[in-house]
Amino acid sequence: MTGPAWGLRGVTVRYGRATALDDVTLLTPPGAVVALVGGDGAGKTTALRTLAGALRPASGTVAAPALPEIGFMPTTSGVWRELTVDENVSFVAAAYGVRGAELRDRRDALLAQAGLDGVGDRLAGHLSGGMRQKLAFCLAMLHRPRLLVLDEPSTGVDPVSRVDLWRMISQAAAQGAAVAMATTYLDEAERASSVLVLDAGRVLLSGAPADVVAQAPGAVFRTDRPTVRERAWRRGREYREWSPDAASDLGTRLTVDLEDAVISASLAKEAAGG
Amino acid sequence: MRAMILKEFRELRRDRRTLAMLVVLPVVLLVIFGYAANFTIDTITTRVVGPQSDTVAAALPELFDVTGTDPDATTQDAQDLVQDDVADVVIDTSTTPPTAFVDGSSLFVAQTADAALGRAGDQVSVEILYNPDLETSWVMVPALVGLILTFIGTIITSIGLVRERQAGTLEQLAVMPLRPSDVIIGKIAPYFILASVDMLLVTLLGVWIFGIPFNGSPWLFALGGAIFLFVVLGIGVLISTVSQTQGQAIQTAILILMPQILLSGFIFPLQAMAPAIRWIGYCLPLTYFVKISQGVMLRGSDLAALWLPFTVLTGMALVVFTAAVLRFRRDLAPAAGREMPAEAEVRA
Repeated sequence: MTGPAWGLRGVTVRYGRATALDDVTLLTPPGAVVALVGGDGAGKTTALRTLAGALRPASGTVAAPALPEIGFMPTTSGVWRELTVDENVSFVAAAYGVRGAELRDRRDALLAQAGLDGVGDRLAGHLSGGMRQKLAFCLAMLHRPRLLVLDEPSTGVDPVSRVDLWRMISQAAAQGAAVAMATTYLDEAERASSVLVLDAGRVLLSGAPADVVAQAPGAVFRTDRPTVRERAWRRGREYREWSPDAASDLGTRLTVDLEDAVISASLAKEAAGG
Repeated sequence: MRAMILKEFRELRRDRRTLAMLVVLPVVLLVIFGYAANFTIDTITTRVVGPQSDTVAAALPELFDVTGTDPDATTQDAQDLVQDDVADVVIDTSTTPPTAFVDGSSLFVAQTADAALGRAGDQVSVEILYNPDLETSWVMVPALVGLILTFIGTIITSIGLVRERQAGTLEQLAVMPLRPSDVIIGKIAPYFILASVDMLLVTLLGVWIFGIPFNGSPWLFALGGAIFLFVVLGIGVLISTVSQTQGQAIQTAILILMPQILLSGFIFPLQAMAPAIRWIGYCLPLTYFVKISQGVMLRGSDLAALWLPFTVLTGMALVVFTAAVLRFRRDLAPAAGREMPAEAEVRA
């Protein structure tokens, strides 16, 4: 898994007067999966589109392979709904110059892996959401890209399809691809090599999942009755509450996981007036 | 219910295109139908030729706007003036009684001229050229070809392009190793081919079913059609660049299509419109294609006679199509200015 780490270095992206990304660094080494997490409008899609070459940053540098070596899956899955599964594959293969036996082998392997091998003649618009996302992943992977950019590949996908998708993403990384993916599921992010937590276009936390958890500010408590509603959230049937003061007596202090860490960092930023 | 009504008004307030259709379109239609929906011809462009030209010109009723006389011109010259669309009526005084050659391809003008000259009795012989029976279909079908091309070029093309944006696949195309020109040509070529097939089909059906003559060069007709297609496809692409949804594209296309139908001389004669409205008509591409198609099909006009509509249409094609391509290229947002690591640069 050698080679340059693709990514963004000190990148700022503006849409008119609004700053969508502010001095963001995202490194994606070959063979690794980097997960971008953050709330709505955090800048995940902007970061990935910049990495894929669809956006030009106002400042900073983008290190990315040439377009033929990038695989991109946009939020909207990016499949052509009026084309069949096979026609989608053929079109993308033609655009990337994959043809002949290589195309047949690659198509058969990917579609089988995605459980789409029996639906080649079905319109992509008639596939279920999960199947369409898996098809989009197959299209992004068809030409064996060195950098795979996936924008929320598992959003709206059923749990079984999510497992399939994650398996395919892991295999792509195992085969040497650098994978940058946005996700709203923190259990998925926990399985990534590293995590970048974005908030309002800025990096809140970054590093390996364990490091991100270790960086969580303050403390998290399990409680039946939150004292400050704005700092509490539900996990299953119970409440959790964050406090900047580890010595607080709000309930049972917990060992935080990634989800707690991300929420804590966000609340700490708010508490600091950010 | 109050909340529902309030919500609907709020949505409408932010949907500027629907608002435009609700507010602007009725006003536009009122103005157009008030000033343009007029079949009454007040002036007919007229030339008088032959030895008695000055005398006859002086004796003509006010309806006939004599733009020139030529005592030396022959009967053939008189017919050429009609064919070249220099005048709608050319009176040849070298015959007894004088012969009025009337351009039958300008239907309402010809009907008015025929009626006015008929009142002169035996003093003038009327010969209607290019549409002797003043058949409406002979004038409408060549213009209809233009309308069909406009429909495909603006509505169908813009829908096709917006579908790509709406489905998020335009973003996908932008990061695929395709040149912007590949994407643009690849998207537009099918519509160009389909519109060309439609043009051929409608023309052949018009000739076959309605017995419309095709007196001119098919190649000149095809050239005019191709140039016009570039204009309307360009408009379609431009509409797609300012529309986020297919509904928006259709609304915008309708706003652009309506004036073309009403003000291009296709239904209401340009000569009967108020000057300000007529000038709007002169800014519309369909006006010039109608002149080309009627000129080539009915009058058998050549390029020399149709230089003006060809020149204007070519200018429009260059401006509109270039603007469309530039705007579409911007949507594809090439990743210029990206810094690549040395290894990637070598591979690229």
